Amino acid sequence: MKFTLSWLHEHLDTTATLDAIVEKLTLIGLEVEAVEDPAARLAGFEVAEIIATEPHPDADKLQICTVQSAAGTQKLVCGAPNARPGLRGILAQQGAVIPANGMVLAKAKIRGVESNGMMCSGAELDLSDDHDGIIELDTTFDIGTPAAVALGQTDPMIEIAITPNRPDCLGVRGIARDLAAAGLGTLKDDIVSPPASNAQPSPAISVSGDVCPVFAGVLISGVKNQPSPDWMQQRLRAIGLKPINALVDITNYISYDRGRPLHVYDADKLTGGVQARQAKAGESFVALDEKTYELTTDDCVIADEAGVLGLAGIMGGLASGSSLDTVNVLVESAWFEPIAIAMSGRHHYIESDARYRFERGVDRQSVTTGLNLAAQMIVDICGGQLHETNLAGQEQVAPMTLDFAPAKVNALTGLTLDEKHMQQILTDLGFAVENGKTWKITVPSWRPDIEGQADIVEEITRIHGLENVPAQALPMRHDVTRPTLTLEQRRVHIMRRALAGRGLIEAVTWSFISQADADLFGVADGLELANPISADLSHMRPSLLPGLLAAAMRNVDRGFGDVALFEIGQEFLAPTPGAQRLAASGVRRGHQAPRRWQGAPQPVDGFAARADAEAALAACGVEASSLQVLPPQSSWYHPGRSGVLARNPKQPMAAFGEIHPAVLKHFGLSGPVVAFEVWPQTVASGKASKGHARPPLNLSNLQPVRRDFAFEVASDVAADILVRAARGADKKLISDVRVFDVFQGAGLAEGSKSIALEVTLQPIEATLTDVEIDAVASKITAAVQKASGGKLRG
Amino acid sequence: MTAQDNSTELESSIVQAIDAAANVAALEDVRVAALGKKGSISALLKTLGGMSNEERQEKGPVFNQLRDRITQAIADRKQALEAEALSAQLSNETQDMTLPVEADPLLSGRVHPVSQVMDELSAIFADMGFDVAEGPDIESDYYNFTALNIPEAHPARQMHDTFYFHPNEEGERLLLRTHTSPVQVRTMQAGNQSAEEGAGPPFRFIAPGRTYRCDSDQTHTPMFHQVEGLVVDESTHMGHLKWTLQAFLAAFFEIDNIAIRLRPSYFPFTEPSMEIDMQCRRDGNQLIVGEGDDWMEIGGSGMVHPAVLQHAGIDSEKYQGFAFGMGIDRLAMLKYGMPDLRAFFDADLRWLKHYGFVPLDVPSLSGGLSNKTLAGK
Repeated sequence: MKFTLSWLHEHLDTTATLDAIVEKLTLIGLEVEAVEDPAARLAGFEVAEIIATEPHPDADKLQICTVQSAAGTQKLVCGAPNARPGLRGILAQQGAVIPANGMVLAKAKIRGVESNGMMCSGAELDLSDDHDGIIELDTTFDIGTPAAVALGQTDPMIEIAITPNRPDCLGVRGIARDLAAAGLGTLKDDIVSPPASNAQPSPAISVSGDVCPVFAGVLISGVKNQPSPDWMQQRLRAIGLKPINALVDITNYISYDRGRPLHVYDADKLTGGVQARQAKAGESFVALDEKTYELTTDDCVIADEAGVLGLAGIMGGLASGSSLDTVNVLVESAWFEPIAIAMSGRHHYIESDARYRFERGVDRQSVTTGLNLAAQMIVDICGGQLHETNLAGQEQVAPMTLDFAPAKVNALTGLTLDEKHMQQILTDLGFAVENGKTWKITVPSWRPDIEGQADIVEEITRIHGLENVPAQALPMRHDVTRPTLTLEQRRVHIMRRALAGRGLIEAVTWSFISQADADLFGVADGLELANPISADLSHMRPSLLPGLLAAAMRNVDRGFGDVALFEIGQEFLAPTPGAQRLAASGVRRGHQAPRRWQGAPQPVDGFAARADAEAALAACGVEASSLQVLPPQSSWYHPGRSGVLARNPKQPMAAFGEIHPAVLKHFGLSGPVVAFEVWPQTVASGKASKGHARPPLNLSNLQPVRRDFAFEVASDVAADILVRAARGADKKLISDVRVFDVFQGAGLAEGSKSIALEVTLQPIEATLTDVEIDAVASKITAAVQKASGGKLRG
Repeated sequence: MTAQDNSTELESSIVQAIDAAANVAALEDVRVAALGKKGSISALLKTLGGMSNEERQEKGPVFNQLRDRITQAIADRKQALEAEALSAQLSNETQDMTLPVEADPLLSGRVHPVSQVMDELSAIFADMGFDVAEGPDIESDYYNFTALNIPEAHPARQMHDTFYFHPNEEGERLLLRTHTSPVQVRTMQAGNQSAEEGAGPPFRFIAPGRTYRCDSDQTHTPMFHQVEGLVVDESTHMGHLKWTLQAFLAAFFEIDNIAIRLRPSYFPFTEPSMEIDMQCRRDGNQLIVGEGDDWMEIGGSGMVHPAVLQHAGIDSEKYQGFAFGMGIDRLAMLKYGMPDLRAFFDADLRWLKHYGFVPLDVPSLSGGLSNKTLAGK
């Protein structure tokens, strides 16, 4: 919403400075977004007089003018037909910035003649569309007067952001009312006095349907349409509107002055009476924007007997609009249901000042006042005869009233205010207050946003000033400090730092990915956005890996081939709120470390990914020894070099491994690339142990004994089988089993491999004798051979 | 020649041999030649047996002292030779200790600034007794709008640039949440329905998370992060809101105090509604928080609208409270100086290394939220 300071003064009697007004506007919730001083744009322009002219030697249409300015005389070349001795106009000196095009004026030679400065047209100063001649001023302006003063361009423009709840401030008068209530002056009386009617009829007006409950119209005959007066054009230009003709300008002016949209029809183009009704299926019309709109039965239209004239409250029609030739004009003032206008405007994608106001809620009881004001201004400016006003439907409705407990102000804000002060604020804003233990408040018709007591509290506090609300410490919630995170939140928190502690770098990637990526990772139906920001961000991700793989590729492309990224975020399983699963996933590519002098670094492999997954789980208390390594379940992993980690085979806790070569190809990545996915909520909450004490620690004084075994087994036998068998051979004595060597080849049968185990025996009661050790060794050998189908190597 | 003369001569020849021994083995040969069973000194000592008492009393101490001096000389020489040998060995055992050592993965990994700031928020608000609530990214129209007092066709809906899904079989159009505010109603409803003792108000929680708007330019990304805060009980008012915001911002920016300005505004889910402006100063392109006389908008807030409480199944006559919302990415940019929001989600390793946090840098109130002052330059 834009307006000028002088416009505000039409409604507000105040001595407040511009700065004071600007500051107060923001403090009462009408946030000032910009203040523009037109005088600043005209700095460097001044009043000067042409004292002599002579023809340009080489150009018929140019003259060389001698110009008298405050600084002396100077010569310039001018092409304006009206340039002549004695003319006082606006001189731009060298270095001035021309408002219309932003160019800096430099000394120039025009057809061989030096030109010093420029006499300006209205168009060059962005004040009018007049290109044909230079500005001619009243000779009462002294030479050297600043252009801003001579041109009346001293009126600062203020732009404020209006929140959707304040349609009353989409008119200057509403803004003035708020400022007056806030102590910045007095709201001027509103005097609307239309001329007397000639008692002749206006076209018949009627309403049907729910969208338009009141519609008034009046005919003004014999008008002389013309450009609107300068003061009106200046104000409209100042707020960015283009003056068109007086009839249109008057409706625009009232729209901004009162927040009251109006429409004018050329009455000679109408057929019969005018009606507000729902559109019929198949109807269409050409709007002022010269586009054709196909209407639906949800649209409310203004129509005459021949058809649709305009889309009600949104945009008028091209055919019935007024022009400079208009002699008889029908003025429309109506009220439309905000929601219907919003839906209709949204359906047709039409943005207009009228829609903007009607969908936020125009004052229904301004129908007649708005019409009268328009009639008064039209007759004042364009002449003509006012006919009888026709009004269909009902303008007056019972006002909104509510009971208000004044103590509510203190309860909601902590402020203690005098009741009289609170009532004064409300009455200044147009509320009627009936005193009592609870107040009976009548809400003014222009405040559709006021629904309850909290709204009244807001009115009082914003005008009183939120800066006066005293800060007060929030009381302690619990007597003792206790954790505020849930167990699952703590798990995620610790997993994040455990993964980063393994050298992985946390990324945050988009929750949406391309359809191709999503399909590759098995996206469920229905997870496609209807209005994606771009085609490659169209589907909710079923896994974090596509985003991370794409990120890895971008880093490789930038020349950083060793990638170690992870992310903790949601995977989307179905198009249902809550059908999402938190995952901690990561991708490693290239080498485990940069090149170094100790020897070539290892390329990343599936074991690195498994170690990441196990570390994330271990950080949450899930011991690696409690996990089984199961075959892979996801198609995006290399089938022979990946797996799943689980305590219970039915519930995978993590997946890991090399990425499938076909997936790498899809992402344009070269390998090796490995990945892991951990699902934190699979770490079920265990039973809380009593107290924090650890179980007793029993340390043996007896030295452990270590024995090595090597088994030859078929090459497809999993090492885990041997380890588990060995560990199970004597659960009391065996405290640890480690794989310390794996090899294939020399000395082994085709299709077999050797796995070497180091078994630690921890004696409990007495040092083990050789006989006892041999007995355990035999048990281990037997158990491993039985489980693996292999044999002890000699 | 007397035995005395003999022994003097013997001693000097042995001492010469000791000094001449070039290594421990040669010294051992000298020792055996002197002190061994058949050694020269052993032989000399044996002569004592054949002497008269008087002679033995005279010669005995002389010979024994000679043996002791030689033994000591050999030991001294041995120690010297060993020291020489060790020194020679060590001088051959040098390494170039300037060669680089392995980087510790603990110091090379990084936590994303958004996660770090979320942890900072949790730490600060934990101190004020706020739980951390969460909610789904895919939302229903009801929780994202209607329950927050934003009915269909409300102009405020248009400001949200909502991402929608295609209508499902029931004709329902789900969406991506445009703000974290749906978590308010979900959390209060869940609290109300919970069978636990003390369910229902009071509520005090923050809700950080991802949010989405169909908007992308220099300063907007289609996905971003917000934090919501809510307190509902019987008496919390706007003065508490003001204090909470001041206390939070001072703690977050790690300055003693910070002026804020609550400016009347409009949000459908709060009444009264206020924008939160924070004191700042602009110095060229730099923005300095907590000083100067300029203001910058940092979020929205207000007293929870009675309609929202009613949607959550809470008696709006009895209970009241405040809510606020702020952009997490924006807070991170203001505190840590990232110039461009879009880089947050690009996963450029260079950016993540530079702006990320080492995993040991865990925000806490006792230790300070950030570790910028642990080491001097």
